[in-house]
Amino acid sequence: MPNFSTNEFKPGLKVMLDGDPCSILENEFVKPGKGQAFNRVKLRNLKSGRVWERTFKSGDTLEGADVMDVDLEYSYTDGEFWHFMDPSTYEQYGADRDAVGEAEKWLKEQERYEITLYNGTPLAVTPPNFIELEITETDPGLKGDTAQGGSKPATLSTGAVVRVPLFITEGEVIRVDTRTGEYVSRASKS
Amino acid sequence: MSKWLPSASPEGLAARADLLQALRRFFCDRGVMEVETPLLSQGTVPDAGIDVFRLPRKSDEPDRYLQTSPESAMKRLLAAGSGDVFQICKAFRQGEAGHNHNPEFTLLEWYRVCWDHAALMREVAELLGAVLDSDGWQVWPYRALFVEVLGVDPMDEQTSLAALTDIAESRIGSVPHGLDRDALLDLLMSHCIEPEISDWGVVFITDFPASQAAMARCVSVGDIDVAARFECYVHGKELANGYWEQTDATWLSAQLQAENKRRQQRGLPQRPIDERLLAAHRQGLPECAGVALGVDRLLAVKLGANNLGEIISFGWDSA
Repeated sequence: MPNFSTNEFKPGLKVMLDGDPCSILENEFVKPGKGQAFNRVKLRNLKSGRVWERTFKSGDTLEGADVMDVDLEYSYTDGEFWHFMDPSTYEQYGADRDAVGEAEKWLKEQERYEITLYNGTPLAVTPPNFIELEITETDPGLKGDTAQGGSKPATLSTGAVVRVPLFITEGEVIRVDTRTGEYVSRASKS
Repeated sequence: MSKWLPSASPEGLAARADLLQALRRFFCDRGVMEVETPLLSQGTVPDAGIDVFRLPRKSDEPDRYLQTSPESAMKRLLAAGSGDVFQICKAFRQGEAGHNHNPEFTLLEWYRVCWDHAALMREVAELLGAVLDSDGWQVWPYRALFVEVLGVDPMDEQTSLAALTDIAESRIGSVPHGLDRDALLDLLMSHCIEPEISDWGVVFITDFPASQAAMARCVSVGDIDVAARFECYVHGKELANGYWEQTDATWLSAQLQAENKRRQQRGLPQRPIDERLLAAHRQGLPECAGVALGVDRLLAVKLGANNLGEIISFGWDSA
């Protein structure tokens, strides 16, 4: 992979730092009145998800990381790996628990997910921002509560539990924001 | 597509016009003459912290550099007997792009004959008082500021590189490898001290380490030699950098050579020595003090803008 200099550190650039692939979040040029210039850089470690803040001398370089984001379709899990497929090539990728992480509770068959591949292996799974899922379990709604702001827990087909308005019933399909885990609306078609 | 649009707001542009007028009035009222000097020169600075834009040239012509400041040309005017002069112009520094930096920026630079840096600091404070309605100002020797904020004496030879590195590490986490002593002091200044003095109002830092003299003269303060320089910070932003100018041609030549040596140590290309500036010094630069003030940053401070792009008509990315 090529090396990148601090002045090429743009948000989204993938580089190797301390042996781990990282994604650059922010890069701020810092310089006292005279003298040595620095770049204060925020990076997300793509393995751990943690954000690092590092200072580099301006002009320092980091090796690029062989990381790319691809859209893959979720197929199934065998308990150890979660299998995704490239719908155009039918190529299969197995993501382990670390890679799937929090996305596990939003995994629905045939849905598309953004998979971050590092050296060809899934490193992280990002669900779409909004996903439509069926409610498998929730207490019966109470009539006349439609206008009130009350809510109740509902279990979805993927196992995720979200808070929904009282008028929502079992078997309905709802739209959920996966970034916040919040109910958005009833799905357009159910 | 809105990529053609200015990055500055109409209010920002109007404030800039007002500021430029106020600056010119300030100096006109004080009998300081406005001058213009070339942006493209055959000479440049060897300063290891500055990357210059060099123009591609035809083979039979000398190299031309976009000025990093009008310092050299203004000193040649002073040596030719101009008296007090000021200039508002563009200066260029390659790679310096960020919230507080634009590679093409506007400088206000002025020189006062027979003044020292202490007198010039007062005038900078008066100018800031007029432009920012700021009230009062403090002067901190570099050494005292390090002791106050970081509890370490940067001028003491007993203070090891390891000790300075430890302080930086404890405050900002990791420290880049291979920093020499001055670069490490620059790191502490920009990352640890600047944020601490951001609510101190107008702060002048003076008496820099002799190794950071650039084109300033060195004077003895107690048991140590310090550079007769100052930097002015407002809300933790460095606005101005002033010198009691080095007039001795031999000294200046040695300081320029030392900067080229530092470039070599840091693996940077050498720069030609500005022989016309040295010749002017040999003829005789009058005793004087000079300062460069970043007009874009001054405007940003005045308007409370966090990004220079908001007050430059077309910031670097939209230029």
